[in-house]
Amino acid sequence: MEYLSGAEMVIRFLQDEGVEYIYGYPGGAALHIYDALFRQSRVKHVLVRHEQAATHMADGYARATGKPGVVLVTSGPGATNTITGIATAYMDSIPMVVIAGQVMSHLIGDDAFQETDMMGICRPVVKHSFSVRRPEEIPLVLKKAFHIASTGRPGPVVVDIPKDMTTPSEKFPYVYPQKVKLRSYNPPQRGHAGQIRKAVDLLLGAQRPVIYSGGGVIMGGAAEALTRLAKLLGYPVTNTLMGLGAFPGTDPQFIGMLGMHGSYEANMAMHHCDALLAIGARFDDRVTNHTGKFCPQAKIAHIDIDPASISKTIPVDVPIVGPVESVLREMITLIEESTQKPDATALKGWWSQINEWRKRHGGRYRTDDTTLIKPQTVIEALYRVTDGDAYITSDVGQHQMFAAQYYKFDKPHRWINSGGLGTMGFGFPAAMGIKLNFPDQTVACVTGEGSIQMNIQELSTCMQYNIPVKIINLNNGSLGMVRQWQDMNYESRHSHSYMESLPDFIKLAEAYGHVGIRVDRREDLEPALERCFAMKDRLVFMDIYVDPEEHVYPMHVPQGSMRDMWLSKTERT
Amino acid sequence: MRRIISILLENEAGALSRVVGLFSQRGYNIETLTVAPTEDPTLSRLTLTTRGDDRVIEQITKQLNKLIEVVKLVDLSEGEHLERDLLLLKVKAVGPQREEIKRCVDIFRGQIIDITSTLYTVQLVGTAQKIDAFIAALGEAQILEVARTGVSGIARGEKILAL
Repeated sequence: MEYLSGAEMVIRFLQDEGVEYIYGYPGGAALHIYDALFRQSRVKHVLVRHEQAATHMADGYARATGKPGVVLVTSGPGATNTITGIATAYMDSIPMVVIAGQVMSHLIGDDAFQETDMMGICRPVVKHSFSVRRPEEIPLVLKKAFHIASTGRPGPVVVDIPKDMTTPSEKFPYVYPQKVKLRSYNPPQRGHAGQIRKAVDLLLGAQRPVIYSGGGVIMGGAAEALTRLAKLLGYPVTNTLMGLGAFPGTDPQFIGMLGMHGSYEANMAMHHCDALLAIGARFDDRVTNHTGKFCPQAKIAHIDIDPASISKTIPVDVPIVGPVESVLREMITLIEESTQKPDATALKGWWSQINEWRKRHGGRYRTDDTTLIKPQTVIEALYRVTDGDAYITSDVGQHQMFAAQYYKFDKPHRWINSGGLGTMGFGFPAAMGIKLNFPDQTVACVTGEGSIQMNIQELSTCMQYNIPVKIINLNNGSLGMVRQWQDMNYESRHSHSYMESLPDFIKLAEAYGHVGIRVDRREDLEPALERCFAMKDRLVFMDIYVDPEEHVYPMHVPQGSMRDMWLSKTERT
Repeated sequence: MRRIISILLENEAGALSRVVGLFSQRGYNIETLTVAPTEDPTLSRLTLTTRGDDRVIEQITKQLNKLIEVVKLVDLSEGEHLERDLLLLKVKAVGPQREEIKRCVDIFRGQIIDITSTLYTVQLVGTAQKIDAFIAALGEAQILEVARTGVSGIARGEKILAL
């Protein structure tokens, strides 16, 4: 039997769990753990410059791999600084384990130095949380944390460890718990056979079907099954912002993203469909527009691992609780065995209608109203230069929507963004987490001059650990999405959406030891991007000046149905 | 519609705050809440009453079931059930009112469990409705203090909420 201190058990457990990288920041209550970390080399630690960035790094890794990202911070401010990152992961169902130091247990409740009630503060934004009460329970608590974070509907789990649980001189027997069983936590292993059959009947009897898939298909490892099902049926597929890449973006059956900034054809098809298969999606308000006007003619089947996601905002006809992958496989088998085939005539008519809609808007945007670079053009150029095969992270705002609309993701796990919480400052650290774990892959962060400044200090971390991500800064000198809403809803009163005194991003990048390239002419764009991506071992900050007047379209008309959209500044449905 | 939800909860620190937090976080309302350990010391039984249409109640029970520490849950109001609320009440009792209040307590099958020269302390067990009725029946008597436990409940007959 091996005897370890609580601190050694934390690190030893991470080794045994196969964790390669953790992201964090030391401080008083975590110092015993950091000392144990120092005395080994298997678990590598990345010292960030702000704890929020540590959570986004772990999150980026988790989104790219499906495995939990791990964060280590101290008590008090170290812990509270992780909250935005934890909430980001929670809203998008991302597996993450955050280990937070805590003041010694006898001081808890005394308002001790760097004490905060982390269990209380994180409660609404975690899947679960643990407070360690005895050092010998550390391995089992951590095993439970990893198990809960990564199974069922994934999510972040916090483990709060008072400093006296990690005292170096107090040793306890350590055994790696191979398995864990929780009597009150048993995620469903498969869907209900009768319900699956009903969903198949609904699909095969459809005249105007749509498959609507979300982030659950990606995190549930069901992209391949989704593609097979869609191919088998020949039905149109639309993805949510979180689901992009689950079905190939360049496939003719893909009708684009749906929702507030979804494609015209996807939103029109949703509104007019008579059968809707929702998979690992949650009928978010940014998808449905007014719930009372949502898909008025559709019978809806919904597959989700989380029963609470089903009929939460939109009542559904065929609920299926289960892992999306196994449910889709069962559906494929039933369809293959069925004597009934999709109604070919109806489907032909449906596709010709969808193709009509495609012609109406088709992602076109004006380039003749200015000599400035259009943000959409940057994404299209980025797509070409990276052969459509990069890991693209984004921050939040117009640039995020342009990236989602114009970069065609053919693979899952490639499009990494904060969809649910909409966290500015997410994209850059997320890109770092991915690049660190996939050093041979191209990783670019599409951002804006607003978002990038929310975690720009991490340029320093990139230098220390040699993390050569590419930053594509769509610089329009204003908080573009806020400005767009102000243009549309507040008679262009640009209240505090203009950023004065922007730094010289080129000099800033250089000050941190990186490369900066400024682009403000259309003809320079693609050559500059080529140069940027040719520098494989350097972080390159591309500061690209784009048209500040540009808006993201299509855009849902508030409180309307899915088909009610602005298609340009002057044209609406 | 009023619902009675009974939960077997891991008897652990912080478990109750997750249940209560869920209600405030998602905008649901708790009308009453009772909680105590069961015959199995690792489990607490929590009973709460809330209001909502079928869709809201469905969401509440689904969200509660997602909490890792919720072991089992039943909506008692879906079937035949027994519910009891315990009332402790201090009422001013002087002069002719002393006899009047005692009669009223007897009619409602309550007990006077403590007296002073000027007041009675009354204990009454019953449905929430019965207790409301008793308080109303005291009429002009001066009620000084009311302590109610909130509803506790159990299913009728063979149905059992256990592991």
